[in-house]
Amino acid sequence: MLTIEALKEFGVNTEEGLARCMNNQAFYLKLIDKVLEDKNFASLEQAIAEGDLAAAFEAAHSLKGVLGNLSITPMFEPVKEMTEFLRARTEMDYQPYVEQIKEKRAQLKQLINE
Amino acid sequence: MSGYDDYISNGKRHILVADDEFINRELLENILGDEYDVLKAEDGEMAYEMIKQNRNTISLILLDLMMPKLSGLELLTCLKQDSELKGIPVIVLTSDQQSEVESLKKGAADFIPKPYPQPDVIKARISKSIELAEDRQIISATEKDALTGLYTSEYFFRYGEQLDKFYPTCDMDALCIDVDHFHVLNERFGIAKGDEILRSIAQRLNSIFDDSRAILCRKAADTFLVYCLHRDDYEKVAEQASEVSAELSAAIKLRIGVYANCDKKLAMHSRFDRAKLAADKIRNNYSVFVSYFKESLIEKELFAEKLVAEFPKALSEKQFQVYFQPKFDVRGGKPVLASAEALVRWLHPTLGMISPGAFIPLFEEDGLIAKLDEYVWRGTAEKIADWKSRLGISVPVSVNLSRAEMYDPKLVELVEQIALENGITTKDLYLEITESAYVRDADQIVERVTDLRNHGFFIEMDDFGSGYSSLNMIAELPIDALKLDMKFIRTAFEKQNDTRMISIVIDIADYLGVPVIAEGVETEEQYLELKKLGCAIIQGYYFSKPVPAAEFEKFLLEKKANEG
Repeated sequence: MLTIEALKEFGVNTEEGLARCMNNQAFYLKLIDKVLEDKNFASLEQAIAEGDLAAAFEAAHSLKGVLGNLSITPMFEPVKEMTEFLRARTEMDYQPYVEQIKEKRAQLKQLINE
Repeated sequence: MSGYDDYISNGKRHILVADDEFINRELLENILGDEYDVLKAEDGEMAYEMIKQNRNTISLILLDLMMPKLSGLELLTCLKQDSELKGIPVIVLTSDQQSEVESLKKGAADFIPKPYPQPDVIKARISKSIELAEDRQIISATEKDALTGLYTSEYFFRYGEQLDKFYPTCDMDALCIDVDHFHVLNERFGIAKGDEILRSIAQRLNSIFDDSRAILCRKAADTFLVYCLHRDDYEKVAEQASEVSAELSAAIKLRIGVYANCDKKLAMHSRFDRAKLAADKIRNNYSVFVSYFKESLIEKELFAEKLVAEFPKALSEKQFQVYFQPKFDVRGGKPVLASAEALVRWLHPTLGMISPGAFIPLFEEDGLIAKLDEYVWRGTAEKIADWKSRLGISVPVSVNLSRAEMYDPKLVELVEQIALENGITTKDLYLEITESAYVRDADQIVERVTDLRNHGFFIEMDDFGSGYSSLNMIAELPIDALKLDMKFIRTAFEKQNDTRMISIVIDIADYLGVPVIAEGVETEEQYLELKKLGCAIIQGYYFSKPVPAAEFEKFLLEKKANEG
């Protein structure tokens, strides 16, 4: 069972995130659960693998929006950095970002399943 | 009425959230759901469709800039180019500053950054934008009618739109209320009294429609518009609203056109066009005061538009044909063909034969009647000339002149020229002028008719008894025959053969020294009775219906043989 405490420990700014949810905890936790299912994680990974920076930007930009709104800082930060490079279509190795996001997502999933 | 509950659940403005991310839509709905009804769209195209569908009820759009199918900026551009949609305020949801500036330039009212600020900030920005947009709409209109204190129509329509935003699911009625023959009241009692009556009616309507969801307006001199919750007691409303003055109790009658449960997808003014259509339907009915809009009225209107639009083509393709109905002199022992009346028929290529009753009133309104009449005059003159040369016989044929034509200074010249061009004389063409044409501007009409007679034309006064001629005026009329209104014949024989009115008309004709023509005579009984009463000429189905020129020739040939 996911708890606010566990999220806080993981690095989520739960105070801010909850405020956006009108302090409705159940609603907030439901959305956290939901965000992990976002198709854009897969799209981002695939676009990077294929070197399609435009598609990667779109996926990263969308993820940045939702992760920011839920204040999931550990995932929001790398997505945000990556989005700015992608916006400028910077040719670089994005794989470390993808790995980092993947790892954090797995950790968060585990918190939910615990 | 289902009123109060609706009021509670519907008293919310609508906001559309357009964002492709589920989480973002959920967050905003959760923040706004208490104060607003939230509609949600997952991409730009869907948002555009929903805006068009609900354009009269959406108060604000929250727009994500990066969306599939149609991007936020593209959608914003579409909205601002559409005069019906550009008034809806749009707040852009974005995370980068460059887009903020660009969207404000494109017409966005405000922006909200991502990640979202505190819910209170979002709500405050939204309510500010809605307030500004609504104020802007209302300020631009002059609010009140000086005479009655009701809203002016411009303000009324906008206020109606606001009302829809608050009560999107309430059933609303659009009413168009007319004062029956108000100009007569004005003439009888003077303008000051007329104004007083209008003020009293406005007051009375205000007290009848005292619900906060009803708004009223004075549209024109004596037309009121009301937008209100649906109700079904309009008979009573018409009665109550007419009782504004004890001294004039019988004189004032209100007529209500109702477009009930109106379709909110229609623009506000279109809803009232429909109510007016319904009201106009009972304009000349003195016993019905409430009339409901039906879709068939629109169809009728569209049919009328189609006929008017096709007129030029029909004329050039000669779809109009002149038919002839014989008139018989019945004064002797045996009826003798005396003359004929030319009547127009429209043989439409797809609609078949269209009744003159369906198109003549339309063409009179549109002024097309002058062209059609001239066409008939020419066609008739050609036929008379043809019969003369080919058959060696003809009879005078009467054609109709409409009231508008009587004002044309070139009328006399034109009709005479048509006769001359075809090698016939002004004695061959009779002219039928309806009695009602004489009533207004009598002096001018009398002068014109005198002129026509001086040129040799024979003048029949048509529809006599249906107009409002005064007896002393009739004595001075320059006419050669009186044509009894068809309705006279019908009523006389319908009700216990009461032909006394016909006798009076025949006496008047005798006094004037002109013959009486009876039209619409259908049975032998009618024919014999009219003959006995002293009618000179008889026209109607009893002898023959109006027939094409070729068929009419048999009457001419018969006459020739008899005169042999």
